[in-house]
Amino acid sequence: MIFAVWIPLLMPLLAVPAARRLAESLPPRAAAWLLTGCAAALAACTAAALGLLLAAGALRLPPVAALGHLSLPLLGGEPAVTVPVACAAGAALAGCAAAVGRRALRHRAELRAARRAADAHTAAGDLCVLPDSAPDAYALPGRPDRVVVTAGMLRALPPAEREALFAHERAHLAGRHHLFLLTVALASACHPLLRGLRAPLAYALERWADESAAARVGDRRLTARAIGRAALAARPHETARHRPGMALAATAGPVPRRVAALLAPAAAPGHPPIRLRSRGLRLVAAAVLACVACSTAAALDAAADLHSSVETAQGDTGR
Amino acid sequence: MSETPPAQRRPAGELEASVLAALWSAEGPLSPAGVQSALGTPLARTTVTTILTRLHGKGAVSRSRAGRGYVYSPIHDSAGLTARRMRSELDKQDDRGTALARFVSQLTTEDERLLRSLLDEPDGAAPDGPPAAPLPGPGAAP
Repeated sequence: MIFAVWIPLLMPLLAVPAARRLAESLPPRAAAWLLTGCAAALAACTAAALGLLLAAGALRLPPVAALGHLSLPLLGGEPAVTVPVACAAGAALAGCAAAVGRRALRHRAELRAARRAADAHTAAGDLCVLPDSAPDAYALPGRPDRVVVTAGMLRALPPAEREALFAHERAHLAGRHHLFLLTVALASACHPLLRGLRAPLAYALERWADESAAARVGDRRLTARAIGRAALAARPHETARHRPGMALAATAGPVPRRVAALLAPAAAPGHPPIRLRSRGLRLVAAAVLACVACSTAAALDAAADLHSSVETAQGDTGR
Repeated sequence: MSETPPAQRRPAGELEASVLAALWSAEGPLSPAGVQSALGTPLARTTVTTILTRLHGKGAVSRSRAGRGYVYSPIHDSAGLTARRMRSELDKQDDRGTALARFVSQLTTEDERLLRSLLDEPDGAAPDGPPAAPLPGPGAAP
């Protein structure tokens, strides 16, 4: 088996940091699409590569070879390497499949639990109020879509800021943001390195909804205040655990960054979208693109290689 | 940049949501006039009354006579338990971000400090906003 088949497995090492870097500089909507697309493509290539490694080994099994009329001596590659690698790839592939299945089931269970709780309460329009004093709010996708808010959250916000909160949640629902989250969650079940894309995606989706809400209520500062107030009201009262000393303003949590981005006139001051014209950023963008393309091409190349070796092995016995 | 017409042609469902939210965030029962002033968006009194009647018809709010009109309050059903059970069920999941995008995530102490400094700093932007209520004080934690 050629080396190309290993490239999709290793590519996330490069692609994940590059995609994260690029996403920071893109407007939230573009960033969400970029991160989700990257995760899906890289995960698909990973699964394909594992499948090819497995197939290369499986062809050496006499029953499989007989089925395909293959001549084992003509099948290229070193059996001493191919077989153990195929076993490992098979195990990894099974692990992936199990992780994806488990993740999908858990996702469904989580949505069901939330839906059950929401259905227990009468809804008005798209709003469902949970009689709970702890402030919490989220968008619950389904038929029909619901904005779920606790009584504690409603009491924590003044009227205009409640509207900003609703606009934010409705933007999540209208943009089908839960599908982005699910895609990346499933992708990161395929390749552990892709987990690094989940936090930036969650942030991009929140920013996307924040910007929609700000446009909807027509006031960025009001939206920023709503987020800030909700976060301060929701903070656990036993006083937050300290982050280690290295976590300072530069690595501030998502909420302060969202608020700062809304307080800035159009986009975050450090990264206006125009910056994509800068050469560094174009390089990063090119790197992300190259990584994904390279991954895909390598998987295709490996598939072609396996195919041609099968044809060689078949050609002889067929004659 | 934004050209949002205030409360113009909003879907009926959104209006109902706003009215219900106003009732929930109030201390006690509200008259239609009380609801009107507790809304984040300007709505005609007749619209508010219509929506309240509709909500009452659906069983989402209860009402009682007060003088010549009605006062409305949200229905505090026994399902508060359900809500709490769901929260604990969700908290059990090791990462709860998969299915539900929450409005705000947890703050660290540093985040909290940063947030306060961002929001408390007096700025020239949006001077015509509604009188901003004070943020929850830092002394709230025990």
